[in-house]
Amino acid sequence: MVKYFCNSADIRSTWDHVVSAFWQRYPNPFSTHVLTEDVVYREVTADHRLLSRRLLMKTNRLPRWAERLFPSGMSRFVYIIEDSIVDPVNRSLTTYTWNLNHTTLMSVEERCVFQDSAEQPATTQLRREAWISSSVYGFSRPIQEFGLARFKSNQVKAMKGLEYALSNIQGEVPQRLLRDTVKDASEKAKEAAKSLASAATVPQKPQQYV
Amino acid sequence: MNSVGEACTELKREYDQCFNRWFAEKFLKGDRSGDPCTDSFRKYQRCVQKAIRDKDIPIDGVDFMGPSKDKPES
Repeated sequence: MVKYFCNSADIRSTWDHVVSAFWQRYPNPFSTHVLTEDVVYREVTADHRLLSRRLLMKTNRLPRWAERLFPSGMSRFVYIIEDSIVDPVNRSLTTYTWNLNHTTLMSVEERCVFQDSAEQPATTQLRREAWISSSVYGFSRPIQEFGLARFKSNQVKAMKGLEYALSNIQGEVPQRLLRDTVKDASEKAKEAAKSLASAATVPQKPQQYV
Repeated sequence: MNSVGEACTELKREYDQCFNRWFAEKFLKGDRSGDPCTDSFRKYQRCVQKAIRDKDIPIDGVDFMGPSKDKPES
């Protein structure tokens, strides 16, 4: 069973700045759970696109009840791959991110596309999609809610981290740069979630598993 | 930011500095005149690939953009 999400946001910076900041966002005050970051592959293609692969290592912050699902123990760390394509001619950055381990508990894949906003000058539009699934029998409600809460919390941290990097590049106050316009995407997400998942209510108070 | 290979962090920083400059000043501006970072990248990669093997991180044979292949463009 796969839960699907999508949303979009406007970043009040030019695409060039956003893409540069993309490489410089670690470390930042919101990424203390990210322990290491490495480029493990990079290539400029004949048509001048930049392909990159980054390996990230993050702490595994599971509540105890989730750890008990895996009596033989779980690795303390989560390894994440982030593949990306920068196309400076078409001015798009596409990233694909997924976890290499802990996939039995939860597999989270995310695709992001950064492009010039069609509507506003000096603004970059970010379209995000995510696919979340679990092999734990039944994909039970607590796992779902935990996974969703952490996923959303990580998305917020990621955006704050990007803002932070942008402000370093531009010398701007971070809050001015990000305006999150969720353009009817919450409706889209609700529809998609309903059709793909069993009836699961969105938790009123998402818990922070830090 | 630290590298997954403790010994590689300094090499990573050197490479990152070179890359960030090249990326903003050359690559994004369409300047195809060549990559000044190949040397620092090679040194960094030698170190980090060994660390990845030593730590058994399961990164081999993973296709570029792998899982995205079965997902249509939105």
